[in-house]
Amino acid sequence: MYYAEDNRMRELQLQAEKVRKRIVELIYSSKNGHIGGGLSSVEIETALYFEIMNIDPKNPQKADRDRFILSKGHSVETLYAVLVAAEFFSDEILSTYSHFNSMLAGHPTKKVPGIELNSGALGHGLSVGVGMAIAAKMDHKQYRTYVLMGDGELGEGSVYEAAMAASHYKLDNLVAIIDRNMLQISGKTEDIMSLEPIKERWESFGWEISEVDGNNMETVVKSFRSLNHSNSIPKLIIAHTTKGCGISFMEKIAKWHHGIPNTEQFDEAIAEINDRINNLNDL
Amino acid sequence: MSVKESNSIPCRKMFSNTLLELAKKDKNIVAVTTDARGSVMLDEFAKELPHQFVELGIAEQNAVGVGAGLASSGKKTFVCGPACFYVTRSLEQLKMDVVYSGNPVKILGVSGGVSYGALGYSHHSLHDIAVLRTFPGMHIILPCDIFQTRRLVQELVDYPFPTYIRVGRKAVPNVYENENPQFRIGKANILMEGKDITLIGTGETVYHCQQAGIKLKQFGINARVIDMHTIKPLDVEIIKTAALETGMILTVEEHSIFGGLGGAVSEVLSQSHPVPVRILGIPDEDVVNGTPLEIFKHYGINTEGIIKTAKKMINQK
Repeated sequence: MYYAEDNRMRELQLQAEKVRKRIVELIYSSKNGHIGGGLSSVEIETALYFEIMNIDPKNPQKADRDRFILSKGHSVETLYAVLVAAEFFSDEILSTYSHFNSMLAGHPTKKVPGIELNSGALGHGLSVGVGMAIAAKMDHKQYRTYVLMGDGELGEGSVYEAAMAASHYKLDNLVAIIDRNMLQISGKTEDIMSLEPIKERWESFGWEISEVDGNNMETVVKSFRSLNHSNSIPKLIIAHTTKGCGISFMEKIAKWHHGIPNTEQFDEAIAEINDRINNLNDL
Repeated sequence: MSVKESNSIPCRKMFSNTLLELAKKDKNIVAVTTDARGSVMLDEFAKELPHQFVELGIAEQNAVGVGAGLASSGKKTFVCGPACFYVTRSLEQLKMDVVYSGNPVKILGVSGGVSYGALGYSHHSLHDIAVLRTFPGMHIILPCDIFQTRRLVQELVDYPFPTYIRVGRKAVPNVYENENPQFRIGKANILMEGKDITLIGTGETVYHCQQAGIKLKQFGINARVIDMHTIKPLDVEIIKTAALETGMILTVEEHSIFGGLGGAVSEVLSQSHPVPVRILGIPDEDVVNGTPLEIFKHYGINTEGIIKTAKKMINQK
């Protein structure tokens, strides 16, 4: 049993590294995108789509599916790469990213199979997630709603309107995740507008908080699995992540929020990822 | 057509009565509000169908987002509150979560235009039509009386498009004598036939256009009167035909003179059937204080003001 679990984690981490590689390729080839926050959220989205959520890529609109909302819509390359890896649509379509008349825009849209909400303006996803979670309660359905927010996004006031409503309506079927990578476009979050103490703030709104290493597949998966969905309390996972995670020269540097690698940087990034993929394959 | 002069309930009450009646038979109908159950007259709905009612407190942005989430999960969602707040405070949610995301939420804006009268500009909504017209796929409807409002709600329940509905605050006279008037979203109604000029109103100004049409006959003027309840999608054909057959158009709206009914009609006519057009509405200025009818009178969007402008246009023919 122990070995089976180990093996599963290795598979998921391998999947995450493949997603990471595809993100870098997409952004390099299109000269467009948000690489830093995309790389920080790879493990979270990979865990959700490959291990946690009840979804069917062959039937993206399945009635009782779990819902995922990418509220930090600028990190769309990660979601696209995960959806392709999960076979919601083809890699051939993914190659049209940012092209004229492509269905794949620089922020999520429902034109894309598997995407639940058009996002890109911050501070919207949690409210829509509250609506989905209330609908599930009204219909006595078991599906869950997951909303991934950026940490900079927490500056938007509407987030807290939604946070109040979630605890008021006892939405234990709603899971918010904060990609806490400590950076936003202009610099450190705590220099731009202090967000801390995030845990205490959200606790005071009536949420149940867990904190995890958001770039460690095992802790991410375990944190999702350990949530109690029958105690009338909405869940928040503060995922402590590294912006630009997995590319050494991009990590923790704000300019890589939406930096585009040049050819040399691209080759270096791909080499780093390939090394890890090879190591995981050798295990 | 004659017109009844009084009415016992406002359109917002007819809206909520009809919604309650339908919601009792359809558990997927959900009403959402923001500490405005009194304003939108949903008290009874909340008491009778608490599991189909979502109160979100004073938080319009969240209400529209939640409404979008409910709609995307199969709920026939009506987000209801004062027009002035929904089409400013939660505009980005309307753009992103409702329109762009294609969630067919119905936004009921009550006490629209200058309904709140002396409460001042904070409570007026004189920009809503102009702004929402530019959102691709957003439909906009202003019913003119209670019977039309009831027909509208019946149509809206399964209407698959994001829609903004604006009604006033006080009871208004009936335009339609028939309690079950002909009504189709996107298809304007001709209330009076005429060949000399066309008067086009929407929402509460329709009654004033109708009254003006009746009184203009005393001056030998036969006006065509159109109830343009749906501003979007606009009944383009009825406008073009009116231009061809009457030669001049006067639009009347409880809205800024920029970008509303007059703007929509002018966009059609300037590109295909250019005829003289006058736009009566609220000018680009600090709105005068007063009751709604005093404000209507001041800006000439009441019966007398319409008659005056119509006569002037005909004299200039």
